[in-house]
Amino acid sequence: MAKIKKKIKTIKVDADKCNGCRSCEIICSSFHATPKYSLSNPARSRIQVIRHPIQDIWVPVFAGEYTPAECMGRDKYIINGKEYDECGFCRAVCPSRDLFKEPDSGLPLKCDMCEGEEKPLCVEWCLNDVLIFEEREEEVDEEEEQRLEDMEIGLEALADKYGLDKLKEALSRMTKD
Amino acid sequence: MRYAETGYNLEIDLATGNIERVETDPKLMELHLGGLGTSVKIHWDRVPPETTAFDPENLMVIATGLLVGTPAFSCNRTIISTISPQTGLLAYPMMGGFFASELKHAGYDKVIIRNKSPKLVYLYINNDKVELRDAAHLKGKGAVETCELIRQELNQPNAQVAAIGLAGENRVWFASIEQGRSSCSRQGAGAVMGDKGLKAVVVRGTKDINLADGAKFMEHMKDITAYINFRNENPLPGIQPIMAGIGSPQEMLHVDEAWHTTGFAWGNARVRRKDFWTEEIAKSWETTQHEAVKRLISCYNCPQQCGALITYKDVPAYFMKCFSKLTYTMAAYVEDLDFAFRIAHRAFNYGLDSFSTPQVLAFAVELYEAGILTDEDMPGFPPGNEDRFYYLLDKVARREGIGDILAEGTYGAARKIGKGAEKFDHNTTKKHEQMNVKLGMMDPLYYIMYATNEKISITQIEGNWPQSPFPTMEQREEFVRDWPQLPDEKFKKYFLDWEPRGEMANPYYPTPDIASEIVDWMDTIHNIDDALGFCAGMASFCLKPPYHINNYWKLISAATGMQVDKDEVVRKVKRSRHLHRAYNVLRGMRRADEKPPEDHWKKRFPEIEEKLLDAYYKHKGWNNDGIPTRKTLEEYDLGYVADELERRGILKDGQD
Repeated sequence: MAKIKKKIKTIKVDADKCNGCRSCEIICSSFHATPKYSLSNPARSRIQVIRHPIQDIWVPVFAGEYTPAECMGRDKYIINGKEYDECGFCRAVCPSRDLFKEPDSGLPLKCDMCEGEEKPLCVEWCLNDVLIFEEREEEVDEEEEQRLEDMEIGLEALADKYGLDKLKEALSRMTKD
Repeated sequence: MRYAETGYNLEIDLATGNIERVETDPKLMELHLGGLGTSVKIHWDRVPPETTAFDPENLMVIATGLLVGTPAFSCNRTIISTISPQTGLLAYPMMGGFFASELKHAGYDKVIIRNKSPKLVYLYINNDKVELRDAAHLKGKGAVETCELIRQELNQPNAQVAAIGLAGENRVWFASIEQGRSSCSRQGAGAVMGDKGLKAVVVRGTKDINLADGAKFMEHMKDITAYINFRNENPLPGIQPIMAGIGSPQEMLHVDEAWHTTGFAWGNARVRRKDFWTEEIAKSWETTQHEAVKRLISCYNCPQQCGALITYKDVPAYFMKCFSKLTYTMAAYVEDLDFAFRIAHRAFNYGLDSFSTPQVLAFAVELYEAGILTDEDMPGFPPGNEDRFYYLLDKVARREGIGDILAEGTYGAARKIGKGAEKFDHNTTKKHEQMNVKLGMMDPLYYIMYATNEKISITQIEGNWPQSPFPTMEQREEFVRDWPQLPDEKFKKYFLDWEPRGEMANPYYPTPDIASEIVDWMDTIHNIDDALGFCAGMASFCLKPPYHINNYWKLISAATGMQVDKDEVVRKVKRSRHLHRAYNVLRGMRRADEKPPEDHWKKRFPEIEEKLLDAYYKHKGWNNDGIPTRKTLEEYDLGYVADELERRGILKDGQD
């Protein structure tokens, strides 16, 4: 398979610095609203601060890939005496939890690094430098280059739930006339 | 569609268990904005002056600020208003944290609670699903503990909980409502909640808050963010560290407490210890604080970190913020900061105001030492300062023995105890414990603020004007050079003219008229914050803050779609302010009550003080008894208030 050079964007999370304000959640939901900034709602955010304040746990996690099935190996981590939930650091949008699902439809949400902006808005709005934007070049397989848009991620989830045929039928009914 | 606000309140009748979601009149936002403003209107309309704190008809209104839930940094206030058992006036303690935003995202601007539940319950709000649940198993549980227990029992780790502890259940007049990391503390709102049989309010919300012009709103926020970053990198020069930054005083971060410990009064607000802060103390306190503070933490959508997670030795983890680090320590005359991190945990779990409580306990210790309270009143009263405070704290929260009397606060307890105890109640105004400060020369600004503030709490009116004049003209010129927060350029001259000594110094300057202008501005911006939900630490209680009288209007316009300018915002807030004053006047408050503590300053000037009140009342549009005149009320569309004051014979027909 042909290799191409690609800019990989990611967010490094320095969780030790997190003070739990959730500004990242707010600005994310606001930026991704239509029209842009027309609302705010942390429940719609593609970054969530996993928090158990009394146990000193604040971990910002940004939404990764959608997956239709739960994973097998659920791990527990104890770090510096703190026990993190089994899914504590996981970025996947999976059936085992409510995280990163659009509250109205339940469809998966995925971080898009605020495409078009200089850097992701959560990074810009975290005034305490918990979130650090990183860009690096990597060689990747050409095929992987495809990016799924928001709606495609949602459709993929619907296809997983109802089957592609039913989804097709529904779409063709809706697009008649 | 409603913008910024949700447009709905929850009405809860605890006697019948009836729950209603009620759409609010959009006109109310136009008249009073939201938060405290619209809450005052509810109390005026629905709770007559005959109603006392523990009557079923007393409402407890849990309100969110108008801009809470928008992307505006540090806008997260919950304002709980109710008739105070201590003062008989409208109490409105506020808290930061995460409760108000969650409530708004659940779809409600306010929760209005009336009547009493026959058994202990908690209210669970999960978006549209609202229910009262049995809380028998939580009876007597600590407030902080209760928050965690409820989250677990509902399997809602992200729900926000505001709960009372034993003190609230027992109707201690200075009981607080605790949210784990913040609290509504002043004037006994926790006692009212306990009296209503409500252990906690739990909320989870996942709905949108809409903005009328979000893009514009974010443009303004960009400017404000740049200023926040600037101020965090550049503390104000020549100001003590605790006041030089933005946010609430950073008591969890800063270890240098020279200013508080040598400038404020110890014990029952008695003694200034000017030589307390030695190198040895500084070292010991720094070690203890660093051991206790596990992590600095923020409130919802705030870049500052005024709170902390405390994990100290064998004390269970809890949260602390601000001045509670010092109040118990100083009131008990304990020099080891270890005590602060231990007793605060117990006090927060009881759900007690860490401002009033230490003063009440110190007052009891003084009465014991003076022989007014004896071993008969306090069997087994220990000799050590720390043990005495734990002893009294337990008694008060449980209302056991002497604690049952002390539970009414310094003023109330002094009158119940008698035998000269009244003389030891020397630091209250309108029956409420004041800041533990005793100073030399009467200060015109602080005179007016202590006397007239509707919250009866100095930190809720002071803040934007430096506490004392700067010694040199160079310093003053430097300070006024960049001061866009001022309402008018002429204030710069007031500051330049203000001298530490002589004719242009306290008590003669600022003159009554100038002092009135300065205090009225600060009073107004506090009230704007309380309507919008901004943390005072980022606005009205902060020197040169990010939010101020010249930029609130931009955010309000963009968020709500209601086009307002600076003057219109001030007008709306003053409307609520006059209504608030009139409401307390209905409840009996008069000029005679508007007095800072007798010994607040050594040097008093009765003639000047009278002139200060005369001038301030006049400036406010109130008559000489501190009552809004009909003319003023009508000017602010409050003719119905004037009618009511006249009907009750408080304003005389044809006068004013």
